[in-house]
Amino acid sequence: MVQKIDMRSTVLSLTILLIGIFIWHVATHVPDTGPKGVVLSQTETDTLLGKNMLPEDIEYYSAQGVEFTQLEQIASLNLSRAMIEAAGGIRALGISVPDENSAPAPGSLFPSPSQIGTELWATVTDPFYVAGTNDMGYGIQMGYSLLRVLIGYSLSAAVAIPLGFLIGMSPMFYKALDPFIQVLKPISPLAWMPIALFTIGDSELSSIFVIFICSLWPMLTNTAFGVANVRSDWVNVARTHELSTTKTALTVILPAAAPTIITGMRISIGIAWLVIVAAEMLVGGTGIGYVVWNEWNGLRLDRMIVAILLIGVVGMLLDTAFARLQRAVAYAE
Amino acid sequence: MTKPYLSIELLTQQFPDGAGGTLTVFENSTFGVEQGEFVCILGHSGCGKSTLMNVLAGLAERTSGAVIMDGEQISGPSLDRGVVFQNYSLLPWLSALKNVMFGVAARHPDWSKAEVQAHSEKYLAMVGLDGDAIHRKPSQLSGGMRQRVSIARAFANHPKLLLLDEPFGALDALTRGTIQDELLKIWNGTNQTVFMITHDIDEAILLADRILLMTNGPFARVAEAVEITIPRPRRREEIIDHPNYYAIRNHLVHFLGSRSNELAGQSGGGTVHTPETIRIDRTGNDPLESDDDPTHPAQLRAVNE
Repeated sequence: MVQKIDMRSTVLSLTILLIGIFIWHVATHVPDTGPKGVVLSQTETDTLLGKNMLPEDIEYYSAQGVEFTQLEQIASLNLSRAMIEAAGGIRALGISVPDENSAPAPGSLFPSPSQIGTELWATVTDPFYVAGTNDMGYGIQMGYSLLRVLIGYSLSAAVAIPLGFLIGMSPMFYKALDPFIQVLKPISPLAWMPIALFTIGDSELSSIFVIFICSLWPMLTNTAFGVANVRSDWVNVARTHELSTTKTALTVILPAAAPTIITGMRISIGIAWLVIVAAEMLVGGTGIGYVVWNEWNGLRLDRMIVAILLIGVVGMLLDTAFARLQRAVAYAE
Repeated sequence: MTKPYLSIELLTQQFPDGAGGTLTVFENSTFGVEQGEFVCILGHSGCGKSTLMNVLAGLAERTSGAVIMDGEQISGPSLDRGVVFQNYSLLPWLSALKNVMFGVAARHPDWSKAEVQAHSEKYLAMVGLDGDAIHRKPSQLSGGMRQRVSIARAFANHPKLLLLDEPFGALDALTRGTIQDELLKIWNGTNQTVFMITHDIDEAILLADRILLMTNGPFARVAEAVEITIPRPRRREEIIDHPNYYAIRNHLVHFLGSRSNELAGQSGGGTVHTPETIRIDRTGNDPLESDDDPTHPAQLRAVNE
């Protein structure tokens, strides 16, 4: 039965994927009609260049389907493109060029599935190349992001879990710290960015700080909740066995609250991964978030989409790891 | 008179009643338990049995009075007082064996892991658990098996006093019978002092040397201490034929049926409540019994100590 459901769900997933890709393909497909841009030979280009025509102008007009003979006419006008445009375009100057309607349809700017596929393949097969500060393999960029998340998240766990234990075990601390937690928790992590940049200065450390602060709250509140709600029977077992507070915390409360704590950690890693992308867009430099912003600025939508896809995949892997951990510490009562 | 092994003196327990006043569960209760004695306490729900148990275990603070065991005032929980809870209180993330080892390791921190394990396995075997079952988690065990693990955990620690809080309350009648027999078997060999809460009269007669009867609360008190004059070893199918069995049983039923309510206390105003000792023996060889009018052999006797 379960196998049957597994099989059906896989088939359904694949169908949805194929339909999605098909719609995407149709939406971005450019029909192969109308005159194409003119391809000039080397000698023709040289002739035009000899007539003081700018290379970008040659490229611009030939892409519009203007033939060599007309290009020579344009060159003989000895006017810059801006001036020609100001005069009403080349047609107004009496040079016959192909009708605008028959010009090639501007190709869809949004990349097609096949372009993405090519780009994805290139990325996956060579993820670690370095060709300059703005041109590194996504593997390296992903590494920067993961490292920041790892550092910020570990620091956060090192603070949140012991503090959560303290709050959970002591009603006094709970009452004392609750107002601060309630006020600080709803602040968007990125709102901390200016404060971090101003006080810490370093952009690298600032993004780590933002990861730290956004991971803190779910782990803190979940740990406190889990610890405070350990069944009193189990605590009584520890007490009747004369366990010290530390031993009770480690051998009874920790395993009892572990599922709740791991749930908090799982929520936190999800938030941290969301936030690192946004933080890197802000501070720039390196990281997969910066990549998305950089490719957008360069209008390399294909590469941008590949980066976005990879962000999703890495996020899923992080979540899966914590789901495993969650199963490992789960217990049935 | 020397003090009993476990001596509860002038014990009073009060809680806030939620309306600004105080609720007195029991007041100035005084009674004792001898070393090696198996004592059951019987009473209606809400009479404060569990409160008494929590005080003895050290899990609850007493309002006033003293609990003295082996010459020392108790304060807080201790390994000297092992507890078997009604809901087993096994740690669900540990296997049955690990649960027992948890207790043994706490009792003997100097033991090696192998020693702890061997000792734990021995006590699990005594309650009839061995082989594969001891490596299962509590959620994979039946209620009866879980309570066996809990009993093994308590006995393995050789506490000076073993407290059983309605240990068979959540079990079906057949399982209960089996585990009662196992409990008796283990107890026979140990000279273990046991204090057990129950609301099952037959269970109390089968297991106990003495049954303490509690009146209804509030201001509950231990009104009577009924000696079980049935020789050990006892077997459930044999004791019902013993001449004292129904006499004792009827006495208990009468107490719980009507007198527990009639005796339900008001504040005693400082009166010390010691239980009246009841000895019922109709086998004819009790010296006290011989004074009885032979024409009324069925009459019960209540004898003050």
